Amino acid sequence: MVGAARALAAVAAALAVTVSATGCGVTRGDDDRDLAMWIPNSPGGGYDQTGRAAVGVLEGEDITGGSFEVTNILGAGGSVALTRLMGEEGNEHLLMTVGLGVVGSAYSFGLEHGLGDATPVAQLIEDYEGVLVPADSPYETIDDLVDAWKADPGSVVVGGGSSPGGPDHLFPMQLAETVGIDPREVTYVPYDGGGPLTSALLGDKIQVGFSGLGEFEGQIASGDLRVLAVSGDERLRGETVKDVPTLQESGIDLVFTNWRGVLAPPGISEERRDELVALLEEMRASPEWEEQLEKNGWIDRFVTGDDFGDFIDEQDARVASTLEEVGLL
Amino acid sequence: MDSFDLLWGGLSAAVTPENLMYAAIGVLLGTFVGVLPGIGPAMAVALLLPVTYGLEATSSFIMFAGIYYGGMYGGSTTSILLNTPGESASVMTALEGNRMAKRGRAAQALATAAVGSFIAGTIGTLLVAFFAPALASVAVDIGAPSYFAIMVLALVMTATVIGASVVRGLVALFVGLTIGLVGLDLNTGQPRLSFGVAQLNDRLDIVVVAVGIFALGEALWVAAHLRRTPLRVIPVGRPWMGRRDLRRSVGPWLRGTAYGFPFGAIPAGGAEIPTFLSYVTEKRLARGKGGEPFGEGAIEGVAGPEAANNASAAGMFVPMLALGIPVTATASVMLAALQGYGITPGPQLMTEQSDLVWTLLASLLIGNLLLLVLNLPLAPMWAKLLRIPRPQLYAGILFFACLGAYATNLDPFDVGLLLAFGLLGLAMRRFGLPVLPLILGVILGPLMETKLREALTISDGDASALVSEPLAVVVYVVIALALLARLLRRRPAAPTHPEETDRRDEELVNR
Repeated sequence: MVGAARALAAVAAALAVTVSATGCGVTRGDDDRDLAMWIPNSPGGGYDQTGRAAVGVLEGEDITGGSFEVTNILGAGGSVALTRLMGEEGNEHLLMTVGLGVVGSAYSFGLEHGLGDATPVAQLIEDYEGVLVPADSPYETIDDLVDAWKADPGSVVVGGGSSPGGPDHLFPMQLAETVGIDPREVTYVPYDGGGPLTSALLGDKIQVGFSGLGEFEGQIASGDLRVLAVSGDERLRGETVKDVPTLQESGIDLVFTNWRGVLAPPGISEERRDELVALLEEMRASPEWEEQLEKNGWIDRFVTGDDFGDFIDEQDARVASTLEEVGLL
Repeated sequence: MDSFDLLWGGLSAAVTPENLMYAAIGVLLGTFVGVLPGIGPAMAVALLLPVTYGLEATSSFIMFAGIYYGGMYGGSTTSILLNTPGESASVMTALEGNRMAKRGRAAQALATAAVGSFIAGTIGTLLVAFFAPALASVAVDIGAPSYFAIMVLALVMTATVIGASVVRGLVALFVGLTIGLVGLDLNTGQPRLSFGVAQLNDRLDIVVVAVGIFALGEALWVAAHLRRTPLRVIPVGRPWMGRRDLRRSVGPWLRGTAYGFPFGAIPAGGAEIPTFLSYVTEKRLARGKGGEPFGEGAIEGVAGPEAANNASAAGMFVPMLALGIPVTATASVMLAALQGYGITPGPQLMTEQSDLVWTLLASLLIGNLLLLVLNLPLAPMWAKLLRIPRPQLYAGILFFACLGAYATNLDPFDVGLLLAFGLLGLAMRRFGLPVLPLILGVILGPLMETKLREALTISDGDASALVSEPLAVVVYVVIALALLARLLRRRPAAPTHPEETDRRDEELVNR
């Protein structure tokens, strides 16, 4: 009977979300505790996981005290969502999940504005990238790869799960630059996310993959894929990847991190921003958030307000210089 | 056989009243979201994720599988009844399905879709159950060159759907290819044909294009003629499939399955190409066989693509279960859900979590059966929807289509885009341009481009890479033989009478 009751609850909730998802535009009571979270990519993607995890904790713990609506706004690597965020100037009930990929997209799609024009609220997490090769690859260490790559940049085809300007594209370009390869000579093949990238690696279509490692855990554990290095300033903690050296340990002076955080529209009051920051601080302090970090293998990197704004500006400049280097700007 | 025992074990685990209920909920929800254009199964599963955290892994997966299959089926219902495909995979179904509906054969169209989906889903699921690991290792070897070769084959086959006038057909095809160019160039990051509009920086959604051209275009066309043509009530046919319908459907069901399954299994295969290949195959095979010809509501044109669609949906489980690779948005959400239960998707899944996998496969079979049981009796009821008077019916279609376009992104721009394609659809009907080649251009163009450029990037521009995979070579040989055969068989063209040309134009306009 318990099962049946639970199932009924599940159906009711499911119908409720389905109905709200059709977005009939019903005006809700003007409860000023209500918030909306925009996600700049599709369900199941990285921003979606982070954004929904944050909303889940904020709602589950009733930190906001109102309803919290999540909307996925697809298109152009997040630049559609970013453009719309700029148009919501002064809207104090809106947040948007962003990250390194959106910084790149703002450039690739030639937006007039960048993330710095919105109101920075907080950086939430950090995620390292990894250098992946198939099991039968001749490259045993990152040095093997770098040597072969330097000798003949055209002979190493690299792939990633993001379009030009995204993290998986920026990382190999910055790595190439660091070890002294002209980024313009790097052959980069963009795949539509981790799934197709895995198949390309397993089928030996490309030699090296650059990506966040979350989606590859199973392949790494089974030995079908090998990680040569991780991009952070310290090793990852996960069982399958804790023995993988960082680039710095291997003598390559590069730290590359993918990050995600939360922005609010431009033009909101200082008090409101501080309120939003306080909400996220409370969320971050909760054990439920801890659990989410653990479960998703995210690294806790919580920076708020103006510090987050400075960080965004620095990231912006770095992305711009890489893209210029590659000839995309 | 070992696998039989395991599947039997899975079946007995899945057939608990509780799990059956979750399967039923999933199937109903899935059909519901499939019917609504704009909300796909991926979105539905993502929205349900938090709800299922309280459930056991098995139960929630049974529900997800139900949503997935249900969504695939639900999309075909609106395609047939209202000419508004809910998913890109059901675009082909709309072509003949909607024409069947207009001739009072909606019930038969829905029934052949339901049975075809059931048969394809069942065969597909059984293939996954027994051959997934073997198939998966073959599937990863299929790369961009083979995929490109298959696209070339598909493009050659578009010749059969170009319509009575080659020039008009080609015009439509190239307009479609141009629409397919809109968006970011994946290799260089340059926006193309986006005119500085942020929303045009991405590839256009095929569903928006198809719904605009099919449904809106038709609604506008009908509205433009409402005063001049007598109100023709859609006849109410018999509610069930006759023996002849059944006989005509069996072949397409099986061939559709054969097309769909392998595409689902190869990474990034999708359901668009196999549904199209099934459609053109059936069109060619049906020639001179009696019954309604294609273009007037041929049941083969519904049975084949629907089977292909569902077989491809089943095929997706090959890379997902055997390798832990998601090939569709729904699969990646489902894998994310797995991780929520502390289960790592990957090649170990079938061995380490074999109970879960076999229960899932068993519940796919059950979900499929439930879909058939639920939808077959519903078909005649859905069909009655078409007895709504035309002005109201088309108003409903317009509302439904706009809602779907808006719901995807909650962006008024998408509704404007839909209306623009609706006007294009109207113009095409006015000037006798066939709409199918245009839709194919939109579907095939971007896929072909992506694969060609992937192949050439990897080979550093060396064109010989295009024949570097055995499958690619085989496909090119098939294309060459097909072209040769057509060349040899070509008879001198019969002199066309002017009346006949007129009739052809008339037919084109009325498409």
